[in-house]
Amino acid sequence: MDIEFIRSYYPMYVTAAKMTLGIAFFGIILSLIIGLVCSMIKKMNIPVLKTIVNIYIELSRNTPLLIQLFFLYFGLPKMGIVLSSRTCATLGLAFLGGSYMSEAFRTGIDNVASIQTESALSLGFTRWQVFVHIIMPQAIATSIPVLCANIIFLIKETSVFSAVALADLMYVAKDLIGIHYKTDEALFMLVISYLIILLPISLIFGWLERRMRYAGFGNTSTVPGN
Amino acid sequence: MQDSGIQVLFQGTNFLRLWEGLWVSLKIALISMLLSMILGIILGMIMTSKSKIIRFICRVYLEIVRILPQLVLLFIVYFGAAKHLGMNLSGEISAVMVFTFWGTAEMGDLVRSALISIPAHQYESGYGLGMTKLQIYRYIIIPQTIRRLLPSLINLLTRMIKTTSLIVLIGVVEVVKVGKQIIDASRYSNPTAALWVYGTIFVMYFLICYPFSKISSYLEKKIKD
Amino acid sequence: MSEEILKVESLVKSYEKDQKVLHNISFSLQRGEVVVIVGPSGCGKSTFLRCLNLLEPIDSGNILFKGHPINIKDKNVHETRQQIGMVFQSYELFPNKTILGNLELAPLKVQKRGKQEVEEEALKLLERVNLTEKRDVYPRQLSGGQKQRVAIIRALIMHPEILLLDEITAALDPEMVREVLQVVLQLAKDGMTMVIVTHEMEFARAVADQVVFIDQGGIVEEAEPKDFFEKPKTERAKQFLDTFHYETV
Repeated sequence: MDIEFIRSYYPMYVTAAKMTLGIAFFGIILSLIIGLVCSMIKKMNIPVLKTIVNIYIELSRNTPLLIQLFFLYFGLPKMGIVLSSRTCATLGLAFLGGSYMSEAFRTGIDNVASIQTESALSLGFTRWQVFVHIIMPQAIATSIPVLCANIIFLIKETSVFSAVALADLMYVAKDLIGIHYKTDEALFMLVISYLIILLPISLIFGWLERRMRYAGFGNTSTVPGN
Repeated sequence: MQDSGIQVLFQGTNFLRLWEGLWVSLKIALISMLLSMILGIILGMIMTSKSKIIRFICRVYLEIVRILPQLVLLFIVYFGAAKHLGMNLSGEISAVMVFTFWGTAEMGDLVRSALISIPAHQYESGYGLGMTKLQIYRYIIIPQTIRRLLPSLINLLTRMIKTTSLIVLIGVVEVVKVGKQIIDASRYSNPTAALWVYGTIFVMYFLICYPFSKISSYLEKKIKD
Repeated sequence: MSEEILKVESLVKSYEKDQKVLHNISFSLQRGEVVVIVGPSGCGKSTFLRCLNLLEPIDSGNILFKGHPINIKDKNVHETRQQIGMVFQSYELFPNKTILGNLELAPLKVQKRGKQEVEEEALKLLERVNLTEKRDVYPRQLSGGQKQRVAIIRALIMHPEILLLDEITAALDPEMVREVLQVVLQLAKDGMTMVIVTHEMEFARAVADQVVFIDQGGIVEEAEPKDFFEKPKTERAKQFLDTFHYETV
């Protein structure tokens, strides 16, 4: 293993990682917002919007991100819509992520017992107030494990960004292999990069999950004596 | 609306070639899935071992698969093998190796948790009736396990099919590559071909994956009842 | 004497497939009165209560609250529900809020009352049920009896005109039943108008002004507790009361 090579070229990986994470950050935030809105639309059963949301979810979950990106980056310009690489990557990630986040929120929402809703209604809350104060806090707390898993999934998906002309980690690695033939070093740094990015996140999420489980969010038990 | 665009799909054997390209991907996914199922069941049973060392190794294996993006694994095998094993692995073989590596890990984890979730007294009542361990596995445990795992299996297959889109990046001639060839060839006759070709590929993946995910959720509901 | 606060006229309710749950129920409640509803399981008692609270739609008939008809389809249905409080068998405290949070949420957000006033009242109510030290604790750390007492005062802090109690002790261990029913007895003494569904016959006898016996979706007998428990008029009421007696072996 050529240590000198690694020392000279690792900055390229750092730059690529920063760029990828920057795009991923916005893409993930966007996907969370999309997911929240979609799950609300589904829960509130709004007629036309609900169908649109369902179609969106099926389309986004049953097609690969790479294809979505190719369509955005190479296809749309033919219709006159030209988006930058970064925009395509962000939108693609948000499009894909939104449906996964939506399903996570929806499961969380469904798991809030309907009798919680009724007890809130009995106190005089309007349906909207019940949703905001009673259902959503419980739903979000329950969804956190899945949301975290989705975030890790989305960060892994960013590995295809080089397909839309972004100099991401895969591009740097391929470049170094092609030009300098330093396959081992290039791949080694590639693996380390992803480990550095994902291991800490994975550990933090694990900690978060354990904390939420300890907090015992969930439906109040109706077992006698509890 | 560009009226010349969609023609590209009807020219020559374009449409057929796209499906042939997708078939290359599907073959890889199906072969990998099959291998993963066999190896995964074995791995799952190994993972219930009492040896701490074995369990640790398995955990490391699973974490590697969980953390590293599939594309990174593809690069490692495709470029790394060429250097170290001296052979030039084709993109297809690399893909099958990586997908099987991935699929076995997921399958193993699924099988392990399924085996654990079967209550001890299922085994015990089998023993009580005088059955051997092998018989218990064959008649009681495995049938229950397969039924429970079916939705997850189909889910894994669907994800594998979607992930095969990555193999274009290691040089495999599959649907996207064919698509690019068509776009290139139609540069003068059909300038808007890209829109239609990628749109079609999008729909093709959808047509394959959507039925699978519907079957998976249908089975999930059936099992819940 | 006192005003008629709730009047039900010929209420009919069925679930799908013509399964009639409530047949032609007519019922009148005076302010300050405590009515206890008893009857075999599945006869529609809880459904009746949920109809009164506008949680269930009715097929036909009228519900009049303070002289005005109310319906689940009303635009201001949530305002009506503020005035008719309900406590559920499964307490249904909000797990994501502390006890104090549970008590304050509705008065603050629904009635838009001032924070200080609401907090003062919440603490006073907690003291009434001996749970002051639990104010900052989460529901999951409380026993069933404690949770139910909180559920009752959570309904009370909204200053309802009527309180509906749906088998509130059915999920509790026997030792906790008493502490909850003591709270209800005190409320009755303080003049709270209540409709109570319960299986606790001794309690019913002690607290009720009127006992209503419902069987198979209809009111079979209505009487004062003394008459109902000692001299039931109808055969079905007699049979029902017998189920609580055992012959020595």
